[in-house]
Amino acid sequence: MNKYNKIATLVGVWALSSSAAMAGPADDTLVLNEETEMVTRTAAPAHLSDVMDEVISGWHFRGVETRAMQADDFDNPGMIFVEQAQEAWDTADGSEGKSCASCHDGTESMAGVKAVYPKWNEAAGAVRTLEMQINDCRETRMGAEAWDYTGGTMQNMVALIASVSRGMPVNVAIDGPAQSTWEQGKELYYTRTGQLEMSCANCHEDNYGNMIRADHLSQGQINGFPVYRLKNTKLNSVHARFKGCVRDTRAETYKPGSPEFIALELYVASRGNGLSVEGPSIRN
Amino acid sequence: MRTRMTLALAFAVSAGMATAAEIPPTGVSYEDGAVAASLSGTPGNVDEGRKIVGSKKLGNCVACHAVSDLADVPFHGEIGPPLDGAADRWSEAELRGIVANAKMMFDGTMMPSFYKTEGFIRPGKAYTGKAADDTFGPLLSAQQIEDVVAYLSTLKE
Repeated sequence: MNKYNKIATLVGVWALSSSAAMAGPADDTLVLNEETEMVTRTAAPAHLSDVMDEVISGWHFRGVETRAMQADDFDNPGMIFVEQAQEAWDTADGSEGKSCASCHDGTESMAGVKAVYPKWNEAAGAVRTLEMQINDCRETRMGAEAWDYTGGTMQNMVALIASVSRGMPVNVAIDGPAQSTWEQGKELYYTRTGQLEMSCANCHEDNYGNMIRADHLSQGQINGFPVYRLKNTKLNSVHARFKGCVRDTRAETYKPGSPEFIALELYVASRGNGLSVEGPSIRN
Repeated sequence: MRTRMTLALAFAVSAGMATAAEIPPTGVSYEDGAVAASLSGTPGNVDEGRKIVGSKKLGNCVACHAVSDLADVPFHGEIGPPLDGAADRWSEAELRGIVANAKMMFDGTMMPSFYKTEGFIRPGKAYTGKAADDTFGPLLSAQQIEDVVAYLSTLKE
């Protein structure tokens, strides 16, 4: 038997065992609070047409209890943090004596915001994440101290702003002035980092639906961030999750809030264009 | 003069020993992805190899490959092909090459290279997220590779 026949046999065995062992994403529908039907699977955006047909929320890759917990705000522990942010929203801070509510109407006025972030900011001449925009408000308008990028207070506020966009489709712009940042993010997505030489794509594009040890690999979509993780019982930021993934390739990570992770966030968000905003979602 | 002779002799002896005993990651010779020579010069230990394949702290091969013989280890992955019958499909030299650096045989494979120390992008210090320092070494030692190869060579159907 030559090498190529061996490979063919191997691939055959592999295909058989994969389809038998795991059913892939769960066949289920997410209806939020018995009223809002969420888009958790949809046609892939045009820029992904070469690599996949369908984009699927990480919700489908979790167990039945985790999926149910996210469907009801009373069961979703992430909503406790949203309530905490609601208090912060109304509380004045900084030298200007202002709160978020001093300039913005109710939190519902933020509906649609999370869906389009990260977003090009003309005045700054750069792509900004929602965290950066919040800190700009705090420092420039409120005269308050910036919040820690991945910290609880910040992520609570991101969760609050995300929560009022739930059910709206992710729709980040990837063209115009954001394009070069998006290209940089795409390059990072396919770069095999660390001693294990793994890229985002190795797991989340080529192997979603497969098990890696006890983990059911998803597409790595970020429409559900901030994510309440059952393993650490708190809200987790996109950049903290990126950092964890890069660390697990035995690599020197990038820092949360770094230009690299901003670019990667824009690119990964764009891979989920069309999925509903789910944050705060629940994952394991 | 005598000192110089002694020095030269000592050098020859130690260099000779290094060559016979262990091939460093940068000195491995691949032919069509296979590695004929033992990396350590010492035969592999099947029981040690079995441990390395199943242990999360060592090879963690089962993270991606299922192995029926390791049914006592929970949660086998399905990223790569199952290892049952690996010894029927591959020679010892091929198995050694695949474990040491599978990319030499399968261009672009996701499989990590277990006996390689160069050519990484942003190599880290194990799983700390920090940059690699002078403790950086291959994922498995020469002897551990030989142990894994010895174990895989027992997987016949």
